[in-house]
Amino acid sequence: MYGKGILKGLGVTLKHLVDTYVDDIRWGKKRYHTEEGIAHRMSKDARGIFTVQYPEEKLPVPEEFRFVPILIYDENENGEIVHRCTSCGICSKVCPPQCIWIERSKDPKTGRPVPNPAAFSIDVDICMNCGLCAEFCPFDAIKMDHDYELAVYDRFANNIYDKNKLSRSADYYASIRPLNNELEEAARADKEAKKNAAKKKKTASG
Amino acid sequence: MSEKLNSSGYDVPPEMQDIVAVTTLDKIYNWGRRYSAWPMMFGLACCAIEMICTAASRFDFSRFGMEIMRPSPRQADVMLVSGTVTKKMVPQIVRLYNQMPEPKYVVAMGACASGGGPFKEGYNVVSGIDKFLPVDVYIPGCPPTPQALLHGLMKLQEMMDTQSIKNVRWYQDGPLEAIPVPILGPDLLDPRDFPQFEDKMAKVAAAAESEEA
Amino acid sequence: MTAQTLEKDIATRFSDAVTLDERAGYEGYIVKAEKLIEFATALRDDYGYDFLSSVTGVDYLPDNIMEVVYHAYQSTGGTALVFKVQTPRENAVVPSLVALYPGAALQEREAWDLLGIRFEGHPNLKRILMWEGFEGHPLRKDWKEAYHEDDLKPFKTRWPEGAIARSEDANVFDKNVAYPDGFNPEGWTPEGETALYAGMKEIEKSDGLQTDQIVVNMGPQHPSTHGVFRMVATLDGETVVKLEPVMGYLHRNHEKIGERNTYLMNIPFTDRLDYLSSMSNNFGYVLAVEKLLGDKSIIPERAEYIRVIMAEFTRISNHLFAIGTLLNDMGAYFTPMLYAIEERELILDIFEAASGSRMMCNYYRFGGLTRDLPPGVEEKMRELVFDRLPRKIDDLDKYLTENEIVRARCQGVGVLTPEEAIAYSAVGPVLRASGVPYDVRKADPYGIYDRFDFDVVVEYHGDVYDRYIVRLEEMRQSIRILKQALSDLPECDNCLGKPRYSMRVPAGEAYGRVEGPKGELGFYVVSDGGPNPWRYHVRAPSFINVTALSKMCEGDKVADAIIILGSLDIVLGETDR
Repeated sequence: MYGKGILKGLGVTLKHLVDTYVDDIRWGKKRYHTEEGIAHRMSKDARGIFTVQYPEEKLPVPEEFRFVPILIYDENENGEIVHRCTSCGICSKVCPPQCIWIERSKDPKTGRPVPNPAAFSIDVDICMNCGLCAEFCPFDAIKMDHDYELAVYDRFANNIYDKNKLSRSADYYASIRPLNNELEEAARADKEAKKNAAKKKKTASG
Repeated sequence: MSEKLNSSGYDVPPEMQDIVAVTTLDKIYNWGRRYSAWPMMFGLACCAIEMICTAASRFDFSRFGMEIMRPSPRQADVMLVSGTVTKKMVPQIVRLYNQMPEPKYVVAMGACASGGGPFKEGYNVVSGIDKFLPVDVYIPGCPPTPQALLHGLMKLQEMMDTQSIKNVRWYQDGPLEAIPVPILGPDLLDPRDFPQFEDKMAKVAAAAESEEA
Repeated sequence: MTAQTLEKDIATRFSDAVTLDERAGYEGYIVKAEKLIEFATALRDDYGYDFLSSVTGVDYLPDNIMEVVYHAYQSTGGTALVFKVQTPRENAVVPSLVALYPGAALQEREAWDLLGIRFEGHPNLKRILMWEGFEGHPLRKDWKEAYHEDDLKPFKTRWPEGAIARSEDANVFDKNVAYPDGFNPEGWTPEGETALYAGMKEIEKSDGLQTDQIVVNMGPQHPSTHGVFRMVATLDGETVVKLEPVMGYLHRNHEKIGERNTYLMNIPFTDRLDYLSSMSNNFGYVLAVEKLLGDKSIIPERAEYIRVIMAEFTRISNHLFAIGTLLNDMGAYFTPMLYAIEERELILDIFEAASGSRMMCNYYRFGGLTRDLPPGVEEKMRELVFDRLPRKIDDLDKYLTENEIVRARCQGVGVLTPEEAIAYSAVGPVLRASGVPYDVRKADPYGIYDRFDFDVVVEYHGDVYDRYIVRLEEMRQSIRILKQALSDLPECDNCLGKPRYSMRVPAGEAYGRVEGPKGELGFYVVSDGGPNPWRYHVRAPSFINVTALSKMCEGDKVADAIIILGSLDIVLGETDR
């Protein structure tokens, strides 16, 4: 029969149409604006309405998601902000479009370089969100953020991020990347312990 | 939404609350425009794919009234410049912008359209579409995820809310100047540079000489 | 004929014109320009190297020569035969191979455009990526851009005295432009497109009717040209008499930027070539550089498996999009595309979870991958591969394959015979739909593809319908490979090593190719021993598949031309680089 293929195809679309109502009725109120509803629509059983209604429902980003870089600081005992960045410059050397500008600070008295950035700028209109800076930073100082709501009206005033705009606390970082943070903390504690053991051995022998 | 429309600043007596809606002309005008801003189907590069994904079922932007993506500029309101703007393409982009009827908006989606992006140093790349067109919203990212694009479009809608029918540029006196179309010569030529062209070339020559010396 | 006998045969036959390339790290033959056509004819007719895959130029400024490098393959499979022609930099002239291998047409135009190598005998030697009238040949080593800061990255101005500065501020015109000395736009008329339109009008017709022919532009802004691609067509009524593609509207100087980047920095840039299948692009580039690195890069087993898994998921995601856009071009406005994009979104979720970004994955590194799969990703992959994707591909099949409208519009349209396909250097589904069972994964296996059991999908009519069937079936074969790979995926514990960010790659050349979803994607990398490549060329399948477009469209209607372009499945990021 001529037209059988078209009818078969229309059967597929009809099934999709019916599916949009079947699950809605079965789930009732829990289908939209709930976490489990969103999770269902991301899973292999998703059928019917696939839409995640931004801004009321935001699709959760996975831990590895990378958008714009941020600088991490720790808060020491006195509550002071200590940036982890030592301005070693590796991130700026490895950035593919060269969008990171770092000014290393100098000790005012001796003029020798101090491991602290005096100025740290990233031009977000050039950044390609590749994550190489975060991947190669030896001090876990620059990481990729999850925040993607960065639209602005005027780029000349807003889109060059300086050190203040880039800074986030270590707690924020732990909240967005818990697994990575755990591994890094463990690695750092390990290094600390090894350093202390080596120091103890030196003082014991010396 | 109805609360914002109804908040005209005047006190409506309680017995008339459900019968009468009092609003301002600006609010109605902006409300109509913000929920029917038709984008122009104009994708240049990778960001265009994210734009298509935003139009598709998961991040539907027809919920915002932007479903009708018109390929013809005569029927579009928002030009979503998505992707790297190259010198070879810029004359067509400016022509398309000139052909769009007012009210029109430009959204620079992605790092390339905002400021040249990772390809900024290229010999065929224009560092951002705002060198030629007036941009209303910049959305950074490479590419911005569909949710980031939706956030940017919501910001555009918020901007539309603040416009007043008395002050918008398309209702002022006199004709609106079309943007002069760039010309492809030994390098890209912007007609707006022509008046000061000789002076600038002299400066370039002087700088080159002083560098050699 | 084995490699040794071939070498001896060539040495005896062309003893005066052909020598082996003796430079350290290089391979192949250096042919004298006068004997090039004779040599190429012998390769094609006598030795069976009928598939000329890549033609590119290299600028060796210190030696003052320009070199054109050719990679030829046998369409029955096997490794490459590389041959080169050298010519002085000033006034570089090389005989054109278009008469023998029509697929070299666009590639030679590109070498003329970007490097200034003139090809004698080329029927249409015009600029292809830049516009007529552009000053200079940009890929030459002594040609500097307007925003030129330094020859090689990293730039010194970024650290340690990194005061932020916008590149526009350093340029007098506040833009990325520079003009030749003494240029004045007053009193200068642009030559525009006269050269292009001159060749388009008044095609002789033989049926005696006096009709008018009009020249019509399709694109660059058009809903169905898959990006900013322009086709200039001479139409006789609705029938296309002549069609010429014009590209370069997305030419983003990938190769020039690639020469300035370090090897690692190029990986995120390769994502943006064929932006629908970034994992495959990464794979090709990483293979090429690993060839140069030689023994210095040993890839762990788990990384090899994950590379294949990601490449096959990319293939499925790309073919879904290709089928969706093909149906879009036919006028089924958006419904099949919505179904295809739904499945693609689930695959993109996997990419996002593993690499951090939906599209620009930047996941492969030299010697392995960036990081291992995070917890939960493997489970998601299995769910998709064993449960959802086979069902949904069958759904698409049921929906579209027997549809009478699809059949009527696609069968018999845009036919490409097998001989033409090989001659025009077509690759990928376009080649396989014409009856040539050439798939790089089987012909010249890379990675661990030789461990998997899968079929090469071939169809024999060479029309748009067959290309659609090939893509559909290739998705099923990819699922087959994925099932095997996921079942055999080895466990690992810290097996991905520590990547280095700055490394010196030994001098030499390498051509690494993968069977990307669009076809053979090749990367030709020349190293001079430093941390930056000397030459970096991408053999883009979309670019070279377009060579066959004019031939396929002649005689068909305008609407068919749109579908033929859709069936070629081009992506402008790759076509224009």
